[in-house]
Amino acid sequence: MTPLARGPRTVTTHAAAPGHQAPAGGGPGGAGEGSRVPAYDKRGLRGAPEARRGNALHAGAWWVWALGLATGASRTTNPLLLGLIVAVAGYVVAVRRTAAPWARSYGAFLRLGLVVIGLRLVFSTLLGSPVPGAHTLVTLPEVALPAWAQGIRLGGRVSAEQLVFAFYDGAKLAALLVCVGAANALANPARLLKSLPAALYEAGVAVVVAMTFAPNMVADVARLRTARRLRGRPTGGVKAVLQIGLPVLEGALERSVAVAASMDARGYGRTAQVPAAVRRTTSALTLGGLLGMCAGTYGLLAAQGAVFGLPVLLLGLALALAGLRLGGRRSLRTRYRPDRWGGRAWLVAGSGAAVAALLAYAAVTDPEGLRPGVVPLVAPALPLWPAAAILIGLLPALVAPVPPKEASSL
Amino acid sequence: MIRFEQVSVTYEGARAPALRDADFTVPEGELTLLVGPSGVGKSTLLGAVSGLVPHFTGGRLRGRVTVAGRDTRTHRPRELADVVGTVGQDPSAHFVTDVVEDELAYGMESLGLPPAVMRRRVEETLDLLGLNELRDRPLATLSGGQRQRVAIGSVLTPHPRVLVLDEPTSALDPGAAEEVLAVLQRLVHDLGTTVLMAEHRLERVVQYADRVLLLAAPGAAPVLGSPAEIMAVSPVHPPVVSLGRLAGWSPLPLSVRNARRLSPTLLTRLPPTPPATCPTPAPPAFEARGAGRSPAQPGAAGAARATAPHRTFWSRLRRTPAPATTPATDPAPLPAQVTHLTLRRARAEILRDITLTVTAGETVALMGRNGAGKSTLLATLAGTLAPTTGKVLVGGRTPHRTPPPEMIRRVALVPQDPRDLLYADTVAAECAAADADAGAAPGTCRALVTSLLPGVPDDTHPRDLSEGQRLVLALALVLTGGPALVLLDEPTRGLDYAAKARLVEILRALAADGHAIVLATHDVELAAELAHRVVILAGGEVVADGPTAEVVVSSPAFAPQVAKVLAPAHWLTVSQVASALSPHPEDHPA
Repeated sequence: MTPLARGPRTVTTHAAAPGHQAPAGGGPGGAGEGSRVPAYDKRGLRGAPEARRGNALHAGAWWVWALGLATGASRTTNPLLLGLIVAVAGYVVAVRRTAAPWARSYGAFLRLGLVVIGLRLVFSTLLGSPVPGAHTLVTLPEVALPAWAQGIRLGGRVSAEQLVFAFYDGAKLAALLVCVGAANALANPARLLKSLPAALYEAGVAVVVAMTFAPNMVADVARLRTARRLRGRPTGGVKAVLQIGLPVLEGALERSVAVAASMDARGYGRTAQVPAAVRRTTSALTLGGLLGMCAGTYGLLAAQGAVFGLPVLLLGLALALAGLRLGGRRSLRTRYRPDRWGGRAWLVAGSGAAVAALLAYAAVTDPEGLRPGVVPLVAPALPLWPAAAILIGLLPALVAPVPPKEASSL
Repeated sequence: MIRFEQVSVTYEGARAPALRDADFTVPEGELTLLVGPSGVGKSTLLGAVSGLVPHFTGGRLRGRVTVAGRDTRTHRPRELADVVGTVGQDPSAHFVTDVVEDELAYGMESLGLPPAVMRRRVEETLDLLGLNELRDRPLATLSGGQRQRVAIGSVLTPHPRVLVLDEPTSALDPGAAEEVLAVLQRLVHDLGTTVLMAEHRLERVVQYADRVLLLAAPGAAPVLGSPAEIMAVSPVHPPVVSLGRLAGWSPLPLSVRNARRLSPTLLTRLPPTPPATCPTPAPPAFEARGAGRSPAQPGAAGAARATAPHRTFWSRLRRTPAPATTPATDPAPLPAQVTHLTLRRARAEILRDITLTVTAGETVALMGRNGAGKSTLLATLAGTLAPTTGKVLVGGRTPHRTPPPEMIRRVALVPQDPRDLLYADTVAAECAAADADAGAAPGTCRALVTSLLPGVPDDTHPRDLSEGQRLVLALALVLTGGPALVLLDEPTRGLDYAAKARLVEILRALAADGHAIVLATHDVELAAELAHRVVILAGGEVVADGPTAEVVVSSPAFAPQVAKVLAPAHWLTVSQVASALSPHPEDHPA
């Protein structure tokens, strides 16, 4: 369509992918803002287009990208590489997130990561660690435990090596969490549900409705607390919570009944008839597939299982997909403007996959660089080419459509 | 199109059927209005059309309801979804998704329409309802009128042949209501959609109706007829019909336009000017031109009361000759005094430079479109919101800094949903709690309830009361502390004419007792009946402030029907005209 509309990096592939328009393409989603850059303005043609309904990046692409980074993070304990992964995810979130409520989740996950590191250090200090260490920092009083609790230690010697090891380990987990947080912040959960297979649609609707309920309940609590003040009662305290609690739950129940009635009256749950054999096959395929996927994922993430992990994961995926496809026969639903998986989605998802693959390769070829030892205690070095591989994860910051300013805070 | 054959509906545990002997046919391509007092089974009848009664609500339906030839007994609501579109009273309870465009597509997705068809219909519906600018907006950020239009749009996209609406305009300001009704009329005229709609505010809708279906009393069989026929006998009717009945006009006019044609004969029988409505002659109303842009100004009308100690930069620029009087220094503190109040929430200025004074015994109506800041102003007066700048004094105290138990002796606020104020299981328990909260003698509240709401036993559950009764109960609860200032937010939402008349009586008695009353309302008829003064807000600023007759008569949106019919004379209500026509003196409003 318009190869010029993309950065130089993208010219080679998928130039004609659907769903990609030049910034001034005048797509049907256009709300007619007058300030749009005209098509012949070179500045407008470089960079990524402004995000609109029509060219929005597939939510799944963000998840693949983030899980790719997470897989990469799981392959290393080098704090410099982990920090780089967190920074890459943070930068992409900073430049590509919208003003939507879920977009603020990156910060929350970052804090959660810090808590995880802190907890890991506290446990290591209290419970000790099998890591031998020569540098004793402090010796805590040791609690004598009964014989049946042999092997558990409380208190005792705390070595620098043991703390550094705990920190590396905690940092790895924190980086994984931050990657999930990044996906959460970037991908619209409702759109992700739209991309779910038809058979999973009903579960998806439950999640969407639940998501809209949380803010409503918060609003209810605020309103009822205000109302308490109007009766001349204090708005805080246990009694207030108890008195407000019941009406809030009542309100939520009433609202859910109203939504259910509305959904029913609007045709929710119209289904097609399918033979019983198809239904049973569907269940078997889906269940088997999901089990296979779980086993495969575990294998991939565990340190030793990479050999059998991938094939099992792929087999499970294939089974589950077949099951879902078969299950979709029951549903009459069609989808309105689902996100399309275009060239940009391939690039975003590919960049994450590349990070995962390269770090997995590096973990095999350069184990010392990716897993710096703690005995003897040495400062971790930055392995150059794995670091460069992580930087590939920055690609979405260039190719993903830019969210309009104040997108959802109007 | 819609056919009821000997239909009766009895809910589980109910002694009498909610709907009895309904036997009528709603013709295709017409707008049929369902009218009747509260609690006669209007919602039940509407629910029976979409199949939600009894499939969803339970209960027992006798007889047969067919819609476009489909029997609701054998078709569940989801199987009727392609012929009937239903919008309930609260549009936000109707939404399933979170963005306008997705909401419009939801019904079509459920029906399995091809994507290309869905896309085309969404675009058409966006244009039909004027929603294109809102297509990417989250539903939570829309105003009431916009939500109502989205809700209508969301059931229109599957191209239903019947549209069922339960009080589509009752929560809307006059402008937004016109918008929604214009859309409905367009659907009927251009697309041939059959519309069945229940509405309490007949003054807004009756002139659009092709047919009226009357449910006169609980248990009475519904009667279908032409609007003029039904209005002649209906217990609920808009002011223009009351005026027509009073003047003996025949045929009965249903619209202001028809009534105006007949009005010259009536005007000759009336004195040239209505009896003075205000105890003190008030100066003419101040009206800002280009509403929304002009800065807030203390109304010249309220100049004696609305003081302007330091006038704003803008008012000096415009050289408005507003007389700057010093505030009256009477010993008793004023019920409410607001000076240069500005309230910001995040970046948005909800209220801007509001100056307003309410004196004892005065009733003020706050009007303006949805989101103009009316409720916020009331909340500031009640102390639940703190002003960003400026000063608010209620009974001599700053509301948000005064502890709640002291505040309820100075101000009473009944919120939009009176249920928010009710926690207990019985009326008696609520009353005991209110006495304790206000530090009043035991029995104070119960005495108030008895006088305002006679005949409600102690052990009634507040939820079993009707909308109007619940409102009055909430009012009695907050009046227990003996406050001088009474604030009501949208008190007539969901009330029928009888309940409204009862409320008007109560509020008039309160004002006569010396209570200052501030009502935030969209109901122009209520404002005309009750208010001494009308304050119109737009974009958080006061754009008009003056005696009711002066402010509302010239305004197309806020004028009551009687004022429109008898303009340019300043008649506001039917009771005013009635007392001028009849020889015996009657207590007229205001």
